[in-house]
Amino acid sequence: MLNEKNNNHHQNNIVYDVKKLNLWYGDVLALKDINLTIRENQVTAIIGPSGCGKSTFIKTLNRMVDNIPAVRTSGEVLYYGTNIFSDTLRVEELRTSVGMVFQKPNPFPKSIYENVVYGPKIHGISDKKILSEITETSLKSASLWEEVKDRLHANAYGLSGGQQQRLCIARSLAIQPQVLLMDEPTSALDPIATNKIEELINELKKYYTIVIVTHNMQQAARISDITSFFLSGEVIETDATQKIFTNPNDKKTEDYITGKFG
Amino acid sequence: MNHHNSSDNNEKNIELNNEGKLKTFFNKDIISKRMNNRILLDKVAKKLFFGSILFALIILVILFYRIGVLSIGWIDLQFLTSNLSIFPEKAGIYGVLIGSFLLMVVVIPVTLLLGISTAIYLEEYAKKGRFQSFVNINISNLAGVPSVIFGLLGLTVFGRLLNLGSSILAGGLTLSLLVLPIIVAAGQEAIRAVPGFLRDGAYAMGATKWTTVRTVVLPSALPGILTGSILAVSRAIGETAPLVVLGIPALILRVPNSLMSDFTALPIQIYYWTLDTVLTPEYANMAAATIVVLLVLLFLLNSVAIVIRNKYQRRY
Amino acid sequence: MSESNHVRDIIRNNIKHRKNRLEMIMPKLFLIAGSISIFTTIGIVLTLLIDAYHFFEQVPIREIFSTKLAPLGVNPSFGILPLINGTIITSLIAMFVAVPVGLTAAMYLSEFSSENTRKIIKPVMEVLAGIPTIVYGFFAYSFVTPLLMNLIPTLEPKNALSPGIVMGIMIIPLVTSLSEDAMSSVPNDMREGALALGSTRLEVTLKVVIPAAISGIMASFVLAISRAIGETMIVTIASGSSKNFTLDITQSMQTMTAYIVEFTSGDAGIGTGYYSLYAVGLVLFIFTLIMNLLSRYISRKYREEY
Repeated sequence: MLNEKNNNHHQNNIVYDVKKLNLWYGDVLALKDINLTIRENQVTAIIGPSGCGKSTFIKTLNRMVDNIPAVRTSGEVLYYGTNIFSDTLRVEELRTSVGMVFQKPNPFPKSIYENVVYGPKIHGISDKKILSEITETSLKSASLWEEVKDRLHANAYGLSGGQQQRLCIARSLAIQPQVLLMDEPTSALDPIATNKIEELINELKKYYTIVIVTHNMQQAARISDITSFFLSGEVIETDATQKIFTNPNDKKTEDYITGKFG
Repeated sequence: MNHHNSSDNNEKNIELNNEGKLKTFFNKDIISKRMNNRILLDKVAKKLFFGSILFALIILVILFYRIGVLSIGWIDLQFLTSNLSIFPEKAGIYGVLIGSFLLMVVVIPVTLLLGISTAIYLEEYAKKGRFQSFVNINISNLAGVPSVIFGLLGLTVFGRLLNLGSSILAGGLTLSLLVLPIIVAAGQEAIRAVPGFLRDGAYAMGATKWTTVRTVVLPSALPGILTGSILAVSRAIGETAPLVVLGIPALILRVPNSLMSDFTALPIQIYYWTLDTVLTPEYANMAAATIVVLLVLLFLLNSVAIVIRNKYQRRY
Repeated sequence: MSESNHVRDIIRNNIKHRKNRLEMIMPKLFLIAGSISIFTTIGIVLTLLIDAYHFFEQVPIREIFSTKLAPLGVNPSFGILPLINGTIITSLIAMFVAVPVGLTAAMYLSEFSSENTRKIIKPVMEVLAGIPTIVYGFFAYSFVTPLLMNLIPTLEPKNALSPGIVMGIMIIPLVTSLSEDAMSSVPNDMREGALALGSTRLEVTLKVVIPAAISGIMASFVLAISRAIGETMIVTIASGSSKNFTLDITQSMQTMTAYIVEFTSGDAGIGTGYYSLYAVGLVLFIFTLIMNLLSRYISRKYREEY
């Protein structure tokens, strides 16, 4: 049983509380003793050089790492107070509450409409009227509605890369998650499409908690409230984005954001 | 001074001949002569190798031509709609066609169900390990077992043990086991070709494993599975030996009306007519005519497979 | 957002109360289906072993390894050597046709032909491969045999030569496509290295590509032998049922497969003759199994090379 956001509470409740998380791929320790707090309605950016474990970390938050063979974890990841590794928690339930957008746009080879209603449908909503309302709301929230409203039944693969990525965001929004995990969502997109997604993230953070992994420091600086710097599977520093990019505490963070390595 | 030094160095490293040109260890004339021979040999070989392909092509043409010529005048409406008869001029293959059709009524659902399920199990559910590789090796070995051995299996298990005799059901089940490896292999390949990021998309939406398989993996793999299934069905339709081993009688004058009926099918009829050409020369024409029907059927099936393959070639 | 909250409630509610019955049942159903293939293998082995055992109980070993095969005689004799002889001879003839033609065709497709030619030729090979063997049998008996009788007057109407040749033709696509796969997967820089030194295409093919692809090519030959050994209808129709132990390919010989067909299509009944089918089937099964395993072993070695 998952607790979720309670609207009566104050802003900026703790959504994720990660405590002493370790993760191994076989014998390789990929995440070391991670401690991190993620708060409601904020954009938390995770930056760091390739192979620092940032992608692994975000995939742990909705347990997508389960699908990788030979992964072991220790420690706790509390999601609204519930440990996501607990035996009583159903991973499917967690994932309806925590949406995810991937590096490469991955719409299903179906129509735009079918992509958006995929989640509601597999979770038991079959009323056509509700489904088309969901489609419109989700596509509007992903600022895609105007571009596709006349061709909802066209194949999603006819869309441009940026549109596909926004469709994937709409698909996640359709089941009304609390959190949106974004794993380098603009790395496969051109600057204009990237810009659109960034604007969208700014809009979405009013309603959702967003965790975004990015290798682009300017992007992190532009869109996030909190930035966490990962290096070799460890959290080096987590702080207000403003602080990280102007006056970091750790020398390694400074070296990274000033481009001395990475 | 400097310049002179460097040219001195050059003379030490590169030996020049007395004309002041680079010294060579090769005689250009000999090389050029040899080169001509080598290029000639290359050209001859290319023609020769192409000859092998031409050989295969010519055989194919002769085969079709021979069968076409023998069947001319024998394939007509009467041939397709009359039943077998001891008189060649009255005989038709209506009952034979029905026999082949009913065989497929057994083979198609049984192999599709077993084959696709096996492929899903191996690719989606089985842990990558001993059992999975054991089943895989087993299936590829089954694919190499001669069809006549499947006939012995069918004769013993379906024919005698389950007492199905030489009925359509016994024949259909035997053929199903025979072509199962083809569908499994095609299914596995098609499922493996479904990109992981589509599965991830479904899992990230909270889909369970079965939901992911049902809503994402199978729809994407379907064209590949269908193409493989059609190939498997084509194989089953033309297969003779296992049915003959089951003990299908040589002459059946009744049109089969249930899955428990005795029957004859296109390839069996071709076999018996071919055997009897010594006694009745017209049987060669009838065998040829039946072959034409069989080949047209196979051609249609394969065309459908090609259309499916081309239509659903997806880009991700 | 009230509508959306409503949606959220429905979804959360549904997922909380969902019964995951299908989630539990489906893997089990798939496992059952998957084990059918294992039961098939077990079935084949048991079928052959049990009835072959009855045969070996009734027939002395010395008789089995004799050259006299007369299952329906007054004093029946069950020597398997004529059948093994017939099988090997027809298969050898087939390989004699399939190896040179199939390999050179593969060399042409992989190393000499343009993309467009390949696009035309590959379907032709696929058509050849898709023709049912009964059609080849008819072709051997009604066309190739009469043709050969014109060339070789002593040729009998049923003989080992004609089905051997036609079986070879049937196997060409198998040899060609597997050998071509092996040759095409040789990395291009190996070719370019030799071409840059002034080698001709032929020299590259013979000295670079074939040595690199040799295990894949050998595997295709072994698989072709296995196919020839197990092939039934062509030899049944065109090679006849004479149980002679002879090396004369102009005569009729019987293969193991043809023996099984001859016996079952008649009324086999129960008795030593019936059991002998399974003994022959067992030998045939072992022959082809060894060939298939050998082929896999060879081709796996070649996969490790790149």
